[in-house]
Amino acid sequence: MTTLDCAAARGMLLACAEKIIESKPLLTEIDSRIGDGDHGIGMAVGMQKAKDRLEKMEACSNVYELFQEMGKTMLMSMGGASGVIFGTMFLGGTKGKEPLPALGCRDFAGLMADSLEAVRIRGKASAGDKTMVDALEPAVRAMETYGGDDFVEMLSLAEAAAAEGVEATKNLIAKFGRAKSLMERALGFQDAGATSVWIIFGAMRAYLAAMS
Amino acid sequence: MKKIINMPGDVVRECAEGFAAAYGGQYELLKEAAGIRVRDVKDKTALVIGGGSGHEPMFEFFLGENLGDAAACGNIFTSPDPGTIYQTAMSVERGKGVLFVYGNYTGDSMNFDMAAELMADAGVESRTVRVRDDIASAPRDRLYDRRGIAGDFFVIRISGAATGAGLSLEEAYRVTEKANENTYTIGVGLSGATIPGEREPIFTLPEDEMEFGLGIHGEPGVKRVKLMPADDLVDELYRQLLEDSALKAGDEVCSYINGLGSTTLMELCIMNRRLKQLLDRDGIRIHDMEVNSLVTTQEMAGASITLMRVDDELKRYYDQPCSCPYYTKKRLQADAGQRSMPS
Repeated sequence: MTTLDCAAARGMLLACAEKIIESKPLLTEIDSRIGDGDHGIGMAVGMQKAKDRLEKMEACSNVYELFQEMGKTMLMSMGGASGVIFGTMFLGGTKGKEPLPALGCRDFAGLMADSLEAVRIRGKASAGDKTMVDALEPAVRAMETYGGDDFVEMLSLAEAAAAEGVEATKNLIAKFGRAKSLMERALGFQDAGATSVWIIFGAMRAYLAAMS
Repeated sequence: MKKIINMPGDVVRECAEGFAAAYGGQYELLKEAAGIRVRDVKDKTALVIGGGSGHEPMFEFFLGENLGDAAACGNIFTSPDPGTIYQTAMSVERGKGVLFVYGNYTGDSMNFDMAAELMADAGVESRTVRVRDDIASAPRDRLYDRRGIAGDFFVIRISGAATGAGLSLEEAYRVTEKANENTYTIGVGLSGATIPGEREPIFTLPEDEMEFGLGIHGEPGVKRVKLMPADDLVDELYRQLLEDSALKAGDEVCSYINGLGSTTLMELCIMNRRLKQLLDRDGIRIHDMEVNSLVTTQEMAGASITLMRVDDELKRYYDQPCSCPYYTKKRLQADAGQRSMPS
């Protein structure tokens, strides 16, 4: 699969939403260990709203608009740090992009790179701070370095990089959110936001793999 | 945990509707967003508070005379989104700008900041005070990482009186930040809290243990210890407060014992009795003492002690009468003649 048209992008984003909603108990459990346990609940709320919105966008002819609406819906419905950050993960990169009816691998990698930058500016977090950036950054770097034109291959690499990023958060002291008060006692526990990023990349890969 | 709710997703809205049914003469629910405002909006700097729900009566019921003008309500323990905050603030803005006061949490800061950006785009000025009283949540050299807990009560009291007195946005901000700088809290948790609709509490503690510095969303604290008598507990909390705040003989404070939800008024008063003895012992003058449960965490058991160092300016604002359905202050109760207790 070498192009991501609107139908595929919409299906892919809907799959992300469904997978996150399904993962709510897992995310709640992970977040309860070092946070206040609201991550899964918030993500499920935002993804349900995003799903409702995307379901009405069958006629959309601009891939960026799908990402934009998904992000905006999450941003304006979730609240919490997750609402701003995960909203920005979908919305941030679309700013200033000319409408496109389909994306190639390069376009998609560029979109996610710009979103990563927007997330970093908004959340003021860098890799190593035990946040979702620890999964998003390696995933986006994997997309950028990928030289081929196959979406499934590219997303497999991104998913694997995100998984490694999640694993790495276990060895980090949190700089943000509620886990930061724990200092070294947060060691050994993975970050819930990073876990969501991994789930999202996994859902995108799985959806497109099933399509091709 | 057994709770009297309908659908978990409806908790925040249904709670607000019940409040409005009882006090709708004074308060109004916004139609377009999860916000509550006073009906009688004064021509002054608007004071907008808010944050996650689940801490009632803070934030959404802490509105009224010399208190907040409007509150933006998030889901349980979750900051409201930028659209909700923006619409709530604009509903009480009267051309003199908006002072935001809320607890210092990552999510609240991001969402309120985005709302402030939207307001700036619309030509409305705002300033922000993030309450950071929890001394257990970060060391002194990371002051701006500290969370806001029961100190919300004092900081919002002062900001309500400051905006109520007609101060400009800039002046109200200055006075409020001064209250914030001088407010110190430390808490202890005894048992967990459950998010409505969830089966498990967000944390648990063994029956015979308590945890110092436990956050009001169950954020783990700094030290877990065996249960101890009230006086020993207050001694330890007070010691930590004094160490952090550097309060000394001759200083003057307002104090506040806050219950977290299921700790009884009886226990809170027992704590306050000891606090009074300690302050007297150390020659720290008491301007006022409050004992209440205004910043709660669902059914969590536990309490916190807050001390706010006051000067003439802060006292002047603190002494203004204020009222909402769950907290009223017409005049100081701990007046000089009644302050001494038999020892």
